[in-house]
Amino acid sequence: MAAPRHRRRGFSRRVQYGLFAGYVVAIIGILLAAGLLLIARLDPRAFGTLRGIVVDAGAIFTGAGRVGVDAGNDVGAEISAYFNAASQNRALKDELARERRAVIAAKAIMVENARLKKLAHLSEHLPAPVLSARLIGSTPTGQRRFATLAAGTSEGVRPGMTVRSSEGLVGRVYESGIFASRVLLLTDGETAVPVKIIRTGQAALAAGQGDGTMEVRALIAGGRPFRRGDLAVTSGTGGVYSPNIPVAVITAVNGDRAVARPLADPARGDFAAVYPIFQAPVADPPAQPKP
Amino acid sequence: MIAPEGNPYMERTRLRATTVPIASTLIGSAMALIPIIATEPIVPPFGLMMLLAWRLLRPDIWPVWAALPLGLADDLLSGHYLGTAMILWTVAFLVLEWVDQALRWRDGWIEWGVASVGIVTIAIGSWALSQPSGSLTSVLTVMPQTVGAILLFPAILRITAALDNWRLKQ
Repeated sequence: MAAPRHRRRGFSRRVQYGLFAGYVVAIIGILLAAGLLLIARLDPRAFGTLRGIVVDAGAIFTGAGRVGVDAGNDVGAEISAYFNAASQNRALKDELARERRAVIAAKAIMVENARLKKLAHLSEHLPAPVLSARLIGSTPTGQRRFATLAAGTSEGVRPGMTVRSSEGLVGRVYESGIFASRVLLLTDGETAVPVKIIRTGQAALAAGQGDGTMEVRALIAGGRPFRRGDLAVTSGTGGVYSPNIPVAVITAVNGDRAVARPLADPARGDFAAVYPIFQAPVADPPAQPKP
Repeated sequence: MIAPEGNPYMERTRLRATTVPIASTLIGSAMALIPIIATEPIVPPFGLMMLLAWRLLRPDIWPVWAALPLGLADDLLSGHYLGTAMILWTVAFLVLEWVDQALRWRDGWIEWGVASVGIVTIAIGSWALSQPSGSLTSVLTVMPQTVGAILLFPAILRITAALDNWRLKQ
């Protein structure tokens, strides 16, 4: 079909001016939007109130839908549990016996550990969680990796706080509304977590790659410091993240860099706990030389 | 009497005729609220798809600047920096004005092609504009949702056409 002609200029001055004004407004709008982008670059927390309101409004719909998703997951789990009942029962009994032995050993180690720490006069400054809340949604259409947490400023959640689940670190609070907030997930490009490799104690930096994985880089160049299956935990360097939270497990090694997969899967529908911003304990300042 | 009843030249456009395109595009953007927690972008950009479908089907319902407020709403819902979709969608509207003049032949396949080029370009553009400095995110992360968007576009065009019929029904 031949293309229809619309936006015909014709001879009407009014139509012509109207079209022209539309273009002018559009160009001005593009310039304004470029200004907004620039502001966002310089101050990522800009327009926090407006964004918070939208997060709150969205959480109402997402939270309502989440109930259905959870119910659907539960039905699937119930059915598969029924089919696996007998074999699972046997396996679990074996596992329980093994775990009991491990727990006894762990208790002994814990007592020993406490005694040694007392000897070394070490005390840990680990913060208590602010609260725990559900992760209800995310931004699945956007290029940034955010999850929506069902708690906001009214419960004391502030941007910058750490979010972790029982499996490990989930991310940081990025912006918060009144009763919902956005959590910057580990896989987002803005995330950079100082970690250490448990096997070697090697310090490294884990950064999100946006595709469900993180890149781990050693702070000291050269060598092959990583192995597949290495576990990375937060080192606590520089504050923000308190030390020894499990972060990721290394899945592929590429020279002195490695690809890691976060341990905590935010899609599990479990609760996530919000921790205050960790401040590394300040060591005693060196004594001033006497004049 | 200046405006006798039934005079077709004096009738005002009905509320439904103007709100349905806007509301359906906003609902498309609000598909970002579906309750799944994705660690990579997997849901196609339905807001953009609705916008392109309306623009291709009815080029005359919106002035060029209509993409600005709709883009702002999409930015707020998708978690991008404010301004990302505002810029990209308005530029797309300006380019489509030119495409309308340049194309001498139109059919379903050509519209699909035009929309596909738009979807791919805007996906890459929003990747470029929304990443913080120093990000390691590869441009390939937009591929799954973009392929999905291109394949789903004819269906969105059908939905838009059905909405258009309902919108203009007397």
